[in-house]
Amino acid sequence: MRTAPDLASLRPGLADASLDSQRIFRCVMQATARPGLSQILLSAPQPPQGLSPAAGALLLTLVDADTPLWLDPALVATEAETWLRFHCGCQIASDPSAAAFALVTDPESMPLLSAFNQGEAKYPDLATTLVIDVVGLRGGPAVVLRGPGIDKEVTISPRILPADFWSQRSDVVSRFQFGVDLVLCAGSEILAIPRTTRTASGES
Amino acid sequence: MAYVAVKGGERAISNAHALLAEERRGDRAVAEVSVAQIGQQLSLAVDRVMSEGSCYDAELAALAIKQARGDLTEAIFLLRAYRTTLPRFGFSLPIETADMAVRRRVSAAFKDIPGGQVLGPTFDYTHRLLDFRLAAEGGDVVPPAPEAEDVLPERLPNIESVFSHEGLLETDAPGTDDEAPFDLTREPMAFPAGRDQRLQALARGDEGFLLALAYSSQRGWGSTHPLCGEIRLGEASVSFVPDELGFPIEIAEITLTECVMLSDFASADGQAPQYTRGYGLTFGHCERKAMSMAIVDRSLRAREAGEEINAPCRDEEFVLYHSDNVEASGFVQHLKLPHYVDFQADLQFLRRLRKDFLAAQAMSREQQSVQKVAAE
Amino acid sequence: MTLTNEPAVTMQADPPERYYNYAYLDEQTKRMIRRAILKALCIPGYQVPFGSREMPVPYGWGTGGIQLTASIIGPDDVFKCIDQGADDTTNAVSIRRFFATVADVATTENTTEATIIQSRHRIPEHPLTAGQVMIFQVPQPEPLRGLEPREMETRAMHAYEEYGLQYVSLYENISAFGRIAATAGYPVMIDERYLMSPSPIPKFDNPKMDNCPAILLFGAGREKRIYAVPPFTQVRSLDFEDYPFEIQTWDERCALCDAEGSYLDEVVLDDAGHRMFVCSDSHFCGERRAQGHAGVMAGHTLDQIDTEGLEGKAE
Repeated sequence: MRTAPDLASLRPGLADASLDSQRIFRCVMQATARPGLSQILLSAPQPPQGLSPAAGALLLTLVDADTPLWLDPALVATEAETWLRFHCGCQIASDPSAAAFALVTDPESMPLLSAFNQGEAKYPDLATTLVIDVVGLRGGPAVVLRGPGIDKEVTISPRILPADFWSQRSDVVSRFQFGVDLVLCAGSEILAIPRTTRTASGES
Repeated sequence: MAYVAVKGGERAISNAHALLAEERRGDRAVAEVSVAQIGQQLSLAVDRVMSEGSCYDAELAALAIKQARGDLTEAIFLLRAYRTTLPRFGFSLPIETADMAVRRRVSAAFKDIPGGQVLGPTFDYTHRLLDFRLAAEGGDVVPPAPEAEDVLPERLPNIESVFSHEGLLETDAPGTDDEAPFDLTREPMAFPAGRDQRLQALARGDEGFLLALAYSSQRGWGSTHPLCGEIRLGEASVSFVPDELGFPIEIAEITLTECVMLSDFASADGQAPQYTRGYGLTFGHCERKAMSMAIVDRSLRAREAGEEINAPCRDEEFVLYHSDNVEASGFVQHLKLPHYVDFQADLQFLRRLRKDFLAAQAMSREQQSVQKVAAE
Repeated sequence: MTLTNEPAVTMQADPPERYYNYAYLDEQTKRMIRRAILKALCIPGYQVPFGSREMPVPYGWGTGGIQLTASIIGPDDVFKCIDQGADDTTNAVSIRRFFATVADVATTENTTEATIIQSRHRIPEHPLTAGQVMIFQVPQPEPLRGLEPREMETRAMHAYEEYGLQYVSLYENISAFGRIAATAGYPVMIDERYLMSPSPIPKFDNPKMDNCPAILLFGAGREKRIYAVPPFTQVRSLDFEDYPFEIQTWDERCALCDAEGSYLDEVVLDDAGHRMFVCSDSHFCGERRAQGHAGVMAGHTLDQIDTEGLEGKAE
């Protein structure tokens, strides 16, 4: 049972919707164009408990009434959900395959990547964009990335993701043009991994 | 700078704008045409611009016509571009045309129908003779039109209700509440196109193009044997349900022209044969457009009706991709933009082909003369 | 303020009393386009359908490029706009004015200074660098449209990687002309998956896209498609082993700056067949002249040219 939002105590969204969303978008675009190279979202406002400033800023910039959002169960019925619904005007999708965007804040418990929308043969752009809050973008096991946007190769080491995360992802993106696109977030930093990126373990 | 190509530069563009403004105004000794005059006395132009501009605002449409110097396609473009900047705050309820305050309503299907054949303001039975009285200043002397003895019924039942008790005319199944209609102003066309997408495209579509397609259909290029079931013109109210109130309020009254064309009968599985129909709707008074739209709407249902796509007016991609005159005008006229870089690439290619051809010709002549010498 | 009748002579933006939202488009439209850009970068070469809006400029005159620029541009950007390679062609001037007014943004003709370059039909001669965004105006995004008019058919061809029709067409060129006939808008394969139209740039410019450090965005407003090539992505011009891809070359050098190896425009000097060739890239040529390079026609204005002394002859 949801009560009407207490607008007086609702945290603000972007300070200057037009200019901030432009700056944030350019960072997201740069991150997507250069997978594996992280970007810092300087204009990210302080979000409610439960999600990182980077994830919040990205969703405020890109999500609206036309993009159903799948929400991590950990955030359902919390201030974070109210904040997102109010500022984005979005519908919450309970079915991950109906989601244009998905916010995962508890990666250990997240649904299988294959549960999200993989796109259609003629419309692969319909696939879900997953925004995943991780503990950190560094300090985890090394993963070597190659592919469009990457000058030869780049190594990343995000923590913590489910143990089978990269093998799940490899399966899901092996049937290109189907697949999902990821943005890993920690603090105010993002790191994008589109479905075109090929991964290999960093242990050699 | 050593040379000049199509290099207008800043000053040339500014000067071109100034010249355009001068030509628009014309001879200053002649009175400036007012937006109000256009709205009142060129109202059919205004109606067309509102319909194809997809924006119901007669004053803006009149302004667009003035700014466009009477070029209606240009005026439609102006209004569309303006419309793009308007925020959308909600959706109206569907309009009930059966409740329309009718000023004109005719049907070719029956000699008489409940409410009667109401001719209203129409060119239909005028003799097309230029009236030179209108050329004189103040020549448009209009005595008041006579008032009818009987009052029109408040509500004229539409053709659907006339047929409904016998089940002779197909009915459209209403969509479920969850499904939002397609919106071409927000999403690009997708194929195969649903009827909602087709109708919206036709409503915005160029009158001339649809007229030609409807005409082609009547002449046998994919005929649907249309019969005018009904045309009505009048005012209908637009209602909106604000969140805070939870009940509908009327926010506008608009003029609409609606046309229902009866067409070839068809049998749906397990049902007795019925008339099929095409539907046309415009803002303001645009009969030619509403009728053409209804004919083309029915033609485009060929796919669902299992009819062969053997004529342009039945071809969904052909009709829908080329019916928008803002797109068509832009693309055709873009040929005026410089294309000299591509042309240079082309020229090079052609010159090379010609060089090869002449070389081949020269070589074969040389071979022939060598052979000739050898033969002698 | 009415944009179409704007008589401003200078490029100075208006003060904050801007009648329209920043960069003209409303935020909802920008979001929609931004989402399309991101998906386009995730699926290089694939045409993303988007809800293109009517702009103050007609369809066919750069609305796709304008919507892309309007969706990404900010006050910190430096904007360059070219048409046929030149900054001062009328349409480029018109679009540059538009953004200077609605986006409060600095503009430049200098390729190396620009952060966003919007272009119709050319890639500049200066190599693009990481951090730059190149925005192409595209009249027809579908590379197969000339061979197959139906969208339903071509979308299926891309979906199932069925590009036989394109190769057959190139082969037919060779049969008819002894070589591949495409000279502009030469089809390319992106990351060995999607067939793409590079927009009507001359094939001369195709190699610049391969493994390019900049982001390449393509916008078709009228056809309502956005597509992209991320940096460092393979872009291969179609060819056959025995008929390899080759770019255009000229016997002449630029008559103004003496450049060799830039794309040259042909300028007709009279109707007796005299002509000269000059760099299409106006900034590149101007910079070379400023550095002291001079071609055979350097310093002449059109009416000064003495055609009797020229070597060129009617073809």
